[in-house]
Amino acid sequence: MHFSIKPIALAATLIVSAAAHAQKAEVIHWWTSGGESAAVKELADAYTKSGGSWVDAAVAGGENARAAAINRIAGGNPPTAAQFNTSKQYHDVIAEGMLNDIDAVAAKEGWDKLLPKPIIDSIKVKGHYYAVPVNIHNPTWFWYSKAALQKAGVAGEPKNMDEFFAALDKLKAAGLTPLALGGQSWQEYITFYTILLHVGGKDAYMKFFQAHDPASVSSEPFRKSLTAMKKLRGYVDAGSPGRNWNDATAMLITGKAGFQIMGDWAKGEFAAAKQTAGKEFGCFAGFGAAAPYMIAGDVFVFPKTTDKAAIGAQQKLATVFTAPTTQVAFNIKKGSIPIRTDVDSSKMDLCAQAGVNALKDPSRHVPNPDMLMTPDMTGAVQDVITKFWNTDQSVDDVMKALQGALKG
Amino acid sequence: MPRSSAAHKPRPWRSLAAQFALLPMALTVLGVYVGTVLWSVRISFSSSRIFPKDDFVGFSQYQRLFETERWIVSLNHVVIFGVLFISACLVIGFLLAVFLDQRVRGEGVLRTIFLYPYAMSFVATGLVWQWMLNPELGIQSSVRSLGFPGFDFAWIVSQDMVIYTVVIAAVWQASGLVMAVLLAGLRGVDESLWHAARVDGVPRTRYYLSIVLPQLGPAFGTAFVLLAVGVVKVYDVVVAMTQGGPGNASEVPAKFIMDNLFTRANVGLASAASTVMLLTVLALLVPWWYARSVQARRELKR
Repeated sequence: MHFSIKPIALAATLIVSAAAHAQKAEVIHWWTSGGESAAVKELADAYTKSGGSWVDAAVAGGENARAAAINRIAGGNPPTAAQFNTSKQYHDVIAEGMLNDIDAVAAKEGWDKLLPKPIIDSIKVKGHYYAVPVNIHNPTWFWYSKAALQKAGVAGEPKNMDEFFAALDKLKAAGLTPLALGGQSWQEYITFYTILLHVGGKDAYMKFFQAHDPASVSSEPFRKSLTAMKKLRGYVDAGSPGRNWNDATAMLITGKAGFQIMGDWAKGEFAAAKQTAGKEFGCFAGFGAAAPYMIAGDVFVFPKTTDKAAIGAQQKLATVFTAPTTQVAFNIKKGSIPIRTDVDSSKMDLCAQAGVNALKDPSRHVPNPDMLMTPDMTGAVQDVITKFWNTDQSVDDVMKALQGALKG
Repeated sequence: MPRSSAAHKPRPWRSLAAQFALLPMALTVLGVYVGTVLWSVRISFSSSRIFPKDDFVGFSQYQRLFETERWIVSLNHVVIFGVLFISACLVIGFLLAVFLDQRVRGEGVLRTIFLYPYAMSFVATGLVWQWMLNPELGIQSSVRSLGFPGFDFAWIVSQDMVIYTVVIAAVWQASGLVMAVLLAGLRGVDESLWHAARVDGVPRTRYYLSIVLPQLGPAFGTAFVLLAVGVVKVYDVVVAMTQGGPGNASEVPAKFIMDNLFTRANVGLASAASTVMLLTVLALLVPWWYARSVQARRELKR
């Protein structure tokens, strides 16, 4: 039992002194796939260029990464920054007083005016900013294969749900899979809130997700959405249950299926197959030019510390992440769009440009469900929806079940 | 204890050293295992969400748990799964062991093949099972393309049948292990019994059922305990094959607990659910322990 303490002490001294020189930032994130790690490298490079030293702590899988961050925060050995989704995921951590605010950076950069309101509502709690947003994803995009639509004789993008169903019918008649869907509960849940937003309308959507109003469930727009969702079930192939989302995207890439409802991360799959937006595949974020645009994405939070150097590193991270050049470089690789509209979007693809345009109109902004509901309630709603999708449950029964889920 | 008779009286300093050596293990078991169990029981009576809290809310987490449809459904599934999985594994494992016990050629190779599934992670093989059972990719579509267009095998996408596909995959994985355990038991059976049985003209099936099987009690006990533990914590096979779907048709308790613990930031409810699982296991084990200790005492008295 004889080991020397010296090397350890020496190493510790070295680390401490290094931290004093370059601002060392240990960042937990879950961007581990090819495109994602290329994107996060943009963030790391930008931070290094501004004189910091980036310590990458990638943890595969969002849940695992968040669990790792929470455990380290609770255990008293927090990282400098940790990734969460733009949601309520970290609101309990704020309530426990375990995060540093970054009001200084927010005030200097004028976040109040710069950022879309749904993002501010998610990251600003009781007048303080607790997270830095890095991107905007929209989970409710409609993707389509141009080859499949051409084969079925569908001309142009559907402008409303009726036209959408008509297009699906044509695809079915042509012997193609009209709607590519991975039958996993989170994908069924995306389908649910996409339909609620684009068929039931923003009002019905907000009453359900924001106000948690049980009465909203029995309203006419809500019933219409549930009926439409159930009707979609008839346009899905038999192999749907359990399928991964990227396998569903592959069905569009190969022209076997017509449409997919999925977030803009699906672009990564098209890109990997060397397909270009507007050429082999198309996209629309809802029906018509004024369709609501859902805002989701990723943020970094900054665990509580009183160490001056660490606080300096945290504020530098926040500044670097939101700088216009970093935003464009990062989001092109990530497939999302920048959090600010005062950037040069000419290098982005067609769908991203459409997103940036939509973002310029605040009346189209809609917060995503995770910003409005606790993970607990979301889970309860998700359980109800997946049962509804997969069984013969009637619309009236699922309404009752949803009202129960809202009570929590 | 009758065992510590004069002949076996342990020398005190030596036993002290042994106990000292065991101390770290004992502390680990008490602190890490029992301690965390007690802690999660405590948490199940609090309103904890993402972080553990110190308050006390009585049985409200338990009440909510048993009002949650998904939990009840999960319990039903684990019972169906448990009964089918354990019985199928024991039967198939026993047959495989008997088969190998016939001194077949290439026994080593076969043994490895049968045991191999157990050595592989379900995260990988679950995906293979998923593909094989997928009606668009797997068995159904290949048989159809062979010229049987009416062939129907779409259990994995069916609400009613999906739980049986999970059983099939789990049996495939675990029966090799049962085989290994029972084969070891079979090799312990005195071979002269077989010769005697043959002299008496006892048929082979009768020999295995009436003479060998009763002697395999302890081996079956071991296999049963291993399988039962697997039933309670069944998780990876479901996550890899069906993710609990379609709908909630293959949800299991362990997945409910994991989902609430992590994704749903609901530590209190997850702890209540795991406490219920613990109590279920204890309710099954305590009578068994009691029966064993009664038996042991009887044997000592003899």
